[in-house]
Amino acid sequence: MAIEVRIPTILRSYTGGEKSIEGKGDTLGDLFSDLDARHGGLRGRLLADDGSLNRFVNVYLNDEDVRFLGGVQTPVSDGDVVTILPAVAGGAPLAPDAVAGA
Amino acid sequence: MLQLRRDLYDAIIAHARRDHPDEACGVLAGPAGTDRPDRFVPMLNAARSPTFFEFDSQDLFQLYKDVDARDEDIVVIYHSHTATEAYPSRTDVQYGSLSPEAHWVLVSTRHPETVEFRSFRIVDGSVTEEPIEVIEA
Repeated sequence: MAIEVRIPTILRSYTGGEKSIEGKGDTLGDLFSDLDARHGGLRGRLLADDGSLNRFVNVYLNDEDVRFLGGVQTPVSDGDVVTILPAVAGGAPLAPDAVAGA
Repeated sequence: MLQLRRDLYDAIIAHARRDHPDEACGVLAGPAGTDRPDRFVPMLNAARSPTFFEFDSQDLFQLYKDVDARDEDIVVIYHSHTATEAYPSRTDVQYGSLSPEAHWVLVSTRHPETVEFRSFRIVDGSVTEEPIEVIEA
């Protein structure tokens, strides 16, 4: 048994094109370290400098956004499914950007 | 080049006008691998802001589940700018680079009578505008 991790298109360059990979760990943070050992660089795309999840990805444990669980401390176990999706966001330029011609 | 039907084009503009002065956002889905949108999916702007948009995290999860179940791609990701031009901002480029396979459509609602509707590819931080062909039904 293992934890299934679903990888979005943008991060499949780290998984040799695989849509789904497996890993292990007691927490989400452990799981990311385990994945990074085989898919070097992946962890860096998920975490901010301070080790928390970065704002460009949404991570779900089964059906729940892990930001509402425990972030990278969220406990995980065999049979869980972790889904990573790129956040979809954006917006108008702030005033200084607009002046610069955006 | 983005090709889309007139009704989908009109639906995006109507959504942007309706939510003005807040930014509106959503996607057009289409059969996987075709690059042809055929389903209009307006999304809630969780930020409810005139200068920022964000898909709600649970809505995003549901969207991906639906798209997978229907064997579709997200062909277009659209949003509006409500006081500035229909061109990707720095923030748009940061997030847009995460979904390089989608056409990024921007609509500006700054002029009530003038339609500004443009499409871009955003790849690795670089923006390329592309032509749009509206297909009359």
